[in-house]
Amino acid sequence: MKSLCLKLCLVTVMIGLGLIHAVASDTTKVSGRKLQPDVDNGGLKLPTGFGAVTVVDSLARNRHLAVNSNGDIYVKLSRLKDGKGIIVLREKENGKASVVKSFGNYIGTGIAFKNGYLYASSDSNVYRYKLNESGEVMAPDAPETIVKGLVSKRQHETKSIALDNAGNIYVNIGAPSNSCQLQDRGKGSKGQDPCPILDSAGGIWQFKVDKMNQSYAEGVRYTTGTRNIVGLDWNNTVNELYAMQHGRDNLFQNWPELYDSVESAEMPAEEFLQVKKGSNFGWPYCYFDPFQKKKVLAPEYGGNKTTQGRCEKMDTPVIGFPGHWAPNALMFYTGTMFPEKYRNGAFIAFHGSWNRAPLKQKGYQVIFVPLKDGKPNGEWEVFADGFMGTPEISAPRDAQFRPCGLAQGKDGSLYISDSVKGRIWKIIYSGK
Amino acid sequence: MKKGIIISTLLLCVFYLLAQTKPKSTAQAGVDKASVERGKKIYNTYCLACHQADGSGVPGLNPPLIKTKWVLGDKKQLITVILKGMDELIEVDGEEYNNVMASHAFLKDQEVADVLTFVRNSFGNKAPGVTTGDVKSVRATVK
Repeated sequence: MKSLCLKLCLVTVMIGLGLIHAVASDTTKVSGRKLQPDVDNGGLKLPTGFGAVTVVDSLARNRHLAVNSNGDIYVKLSRLKDGKGIIVLREKENGKASVVKSFGNYIGTGIAFKNGYLYASSDSNVYRYKLNESGEVMAPDAPETIVKGLVSKRQHETKSIALDNAGNIYVNIGAPSNSCQLQDRGKGSKGQDPCPILDSAGGIWQFKVDKMNQSYAEGVRYTTGTRNIVGLDWNNTVNELYAMQHGRDNLFQNWPELYDSVESAEMPAEEFLQVKKGSNFGWPYCYFDPFQKKKVLAPEYGGNKTTQGRCEKMDTPVIGFPGHWAPNALMFYTGTMFPEKYRNGAFIAFHGSWNRAPLKQKGYQVIFVPLKDGKPNGEWEVFADGFMGTPEISAPRDAQFRPCGLAQGKDGSLYISDSVKGRIWKIIYSGK
Repeated sequence: MKKGIIISTLLLCVFYLLAQTKPKSTAQAGVDKASVERGKKIYNTYCLACHQADGSGVPGLNPPLIKTKWVLGDKKQLITVILKGMDELIEVDGEEYNNVMASHAFLKDQEVADVLTFVRNSFGNKAPGVTTGDVKSVRATVK
């Protein structure tokens, strides 16, 4: 019996080694100096001509990421790794990266480079780090605090950032609530009117990039009526801010006499917004119905699925995406590696749904929206898929990967970060 | 060696069968089956969207209900969560969960008992059911 066990163990080990060998030889194939995608594209499904390199297999709890002028990849984390919240990766010639340093003793989401500085956010503050001439962060342990004391109450608490070309930084301040009810997420609970949350959250605030210790008093409430935004980016072709709004949850659970579970799974839309100074997108009073294609009054404020009331005046989205897909990153593509149709279009990383149950979960993908002058120029399409690791999932815990961040490489490639395992892919175009 | 192959094949079959077995009702002996059935309907209406059909929850937001101390432990604490809701960060199996759970005090004593009896005997859980008497006595203290 003992020898039998040994034999079995040996066989298992040999099969295991064989598998490891097979995987290793697949992912390290380099032909000449040209970057080659992984044989399996790191598990992703991409349009013809595109390929993916697994830059790093399992880093940490990745959120957003940004690429420095020297090509280094900076990843912001939602959980500290070895006490640090920002990890810096450097790629080898074959596209595989290794960690070169880590710093920042805070978790968060936002990270961006602009004009000689690195900007990064915690869930309540925004910091900046000066870069030296070779693009390195000069004092990783001594950032300047440019914004502090923002609302962070454990719901929609992450702070995404975007920078314009006039010395401003935009910070989303998510509402710590689903729909501003007297009892948050309570069945049949009425909405507070006016909603007091909107004074300090549920919008995007504008701050100066070079002024220290700003808070609400020094900032400008740039836009209001957004429940939660994670994808946020500045569009340089039209010089405007764009954002991805996470629509409200629980229409059926809180208002079962008005909605069924299917309507609750499909509504409301996740909104792609062009954000202008003074925009009001209507949360919590209104939501965007993707089927009626209009803002309707929320049930918390007396809505009956069709009445508009005060919502008639609210700003509407550029596109209403399917409900609960959770758009976590927005990036305008300005590179030249990808074909012409991608230029100045938008990539959106959807983290994937949970509030669709009992229907199957959806939206674990990166999509592309062709744009011309900041307006849709054709239908949006799926760009990267396969993150779930299986064709269908019922519960979000079953997803192998969940796309969460997007960044453009120096060479015009597209980086995608995953929040589950910590994988990062580099998407390249070879035209074949 | 031949014997080895046979045994490995058998082992593989057993693993395959185990992997195929879906966690259905794991009701503990003596648990009121009718209560479990009624509780399932309550669960599907008010709990499933957040805690999911298989009780696995949502990473970072809504905690799983699979063999956790919250579900299998003190009934009084569990009933209190239903009646008062929960608005604090909790840790389950090393992961943090942040989302707000509203009070479900609108459920009748019988409904609370049924849904908790269902949860305590589903998703691989096995624990004594919750009775209306249990709920009644907790409700008297949380008002």
